[in-house]
Amino acid sequence: MPTLTYFIAMPLAAAFLTPLFAKRMKRAADAIACVSTLSLFALSCGIAVFVINHKTASYDVGNWVPPFGIELVVDAFSAFMLVVANMIGFFVALYSVGYIKTYTDKWKYYTLFMLMMAGVNGLLITSDIFNMFVFLEIASISAYALVAFGTEPRSLEASFKYAVMGAVASSFILLGIAFLYGFASTVNMNDLAQVIASKGQVKLLSFVSILFLMGFGLKAAAVPFHAWLPDAYSSSPATIPAVSSGVLIKTLGVYAIVRIFFNIFGATAAVSSVLIILAVLSMLVGAFLAFGQTNIRRLFGYSSISQVGYILLGFGIGTPLAIAGSLLHLFNHSVAKSSLFLNSGIAENAMHSNDLTRLSGILKKRPVSGYSMLAGAFSICGVPPFGGFWSKLMIILACVHAGRPGLASIAVFASILTLAYYIKALTPAIFGKENTEPMTQHEIKPNAAMNIAVIALTVIVILGGLALLPGPANNLLNNAAAIIVKGTSFANIGGLR
Amino acid sequence: MIIYMLCLVLFSIGLYCVLRKRNIIKIIIGIGIMEYAVNLFFILIGYVEGGRSPIYEHGQTMMKMVDPLAQVIVLTSIVLGLSVTLLLVSIAIKIYEKYGTFDITKINRLKG
Repeated sequence: MPTLTYFIAMPLAAAFLTPLFAKRMKRAADAIACVSTLSLFALSCGIAVFVINHKTASYDVGNWVPPFGIELVVDAFSAFMLVVANMIGFFVALYSVGYIKTYTDKWKYYTLFMLMMAGVNGLLITSDIFNMFVFLEIASISAYALVAFGTEPRSLEASFKYAVMGAVASSFILLGIAFLYGFASTVNMNDLAQVIASKGQVKLLSFVSILFLMGFGLKAAAVPFHAWLPDAYSSSPATIPAVSSGVLIKTLGVYAIVRIFFNIFGATAAVSSVLIILAVLSMLVGAFLAFGQTNIRRLFGYSSISQVGYILLGFGIGTPLAIAGSLLHLFNHSVAKSSLFLNSGIAENAMHSNDLTRLSGILKKRPVSGYSMLAGAFSICGVPPFGGFWSKLMIILACVHAGRPGLASIAVFASILTLAYYIKALTPAIFGKENTEPMTQHEIKPNAAMNIAVIALTVIVILGGLALLPGPANNLLNNAAAIIVKGTSFANIGGLR
Repeated sequence: MIIYMLCLVLFSIGLYCVLRKRNIIKIIIGIGIMEYAVNLFFILIGYVEGGRSPIYEHGQTMMKMVDPLAQVIVLTSIVLGLSVTLLLVSIAIKIYEKYGTFDITKINRLKG
């Protein structure tokens, strides 16, 4: 299906066209970014429907037969991730129309943003492990540059930290790919899965697994590797944490880990226990560190780390219910956290501070983003009937079913901690008295595009649990979970080919 | 075998440089060393003793050839490494403009 190349060609073309037109026409950059991300979102929904009916869509680039040529494949898992990534991408692009006006050179922002989307989409549709690395680097390098976009001292420092850690992680991943290529003489994922299955588990694979866990774990911000995340989030434009928390750490980190460990290596008990340890550490450490934060972006950043823990926990448990719960939580967290970050951007523009002691009375000053923030926070804490409640419930139930009540109680405990720090931090910020101190700068009002993006995300946050009712969304979720559960035999049931 | 081990030693030297050095330029050099070590490792994997370039000519018998895929991968990875280095160096220049130092222990406005 040649349509698949569109996912890479469209954002790359948009990134190329933006500098050409944006200098002459004022609104060209906005229009190109919004139209291309909207078309990608529509197309990813179309691909998802196609994949539900036909199991898989594939395209051999240049008609070279795989495993020799490059193959693009979309199965239910990657289709699910494509829908999430492109949906968040579209809403963030829509929000940027109003938000990025406060920065100079907005066409540079859009160029980097579209390059990042090209990397993310490419990573999701490729079935070649080296191509995966290349797209991961494209997305990461654009993200490093976007974090430094404000060129204030703080953002440069955060960007340098992020870039150094990311470059070291990428080197680990490439070293892992080198060992894997030397071992299996192929880079095609489907071929790799078969070769590894026929050669059996050898010691080299454990070493490669450790390299990949370090590399992709850093991209996913799982706990021992999380140090870049709060810094990068607190000192960049508000759209960057929204897209990073909603898309980047999910695709570059979680998707890559799951694809490699479940579908190529086959989920062994050792890998599951390592994932569970990472998950428990992330949940607890993220939640405890969030308590002391006075900066709203750092608070949300630590909350992201904690929620990634839940997602990894479900994959570590590995039963069908747990994996479906993880995928649903991935979706719910992406939407809710992007909405929270975008709203924090509106609130910061209103009060010119992202310090929680100075942010107060958001509900009075900006009612739309106040209510929207409340919905997002409820979803993340797991208050019924918001989306986050159902996915957390699924993960915790799966822990109990799998005979791991200890893990279930840790998950419940982390959830209570989440509720506690959100109440502590956000109650004064949202419901408190309006800050009456005279401000040195003019407040910046959100325009219609920003409000529409935030309201649409809020509606999805509230309706997130409906994905469990019978329908296309539920089919996609179950098919995606089935592909992960099948492990290395995914090739034979119409996963990747 | 020893040559592969030396490659990994080179990688570790780069990692040591990134972890221990305080000057950000030296950190960037460390990242460069790591990237070169991985590239060298890839080339060694694809190398065949006495192999020739894998170009097929008409009427020629197939002989031992080096693996072209490893070389293609290294070319791509060199370009990626170049762009990371470029970005890091430009950020380092900006950091020097704003902070007036290359010492990472003095570049510490972000905490928590």
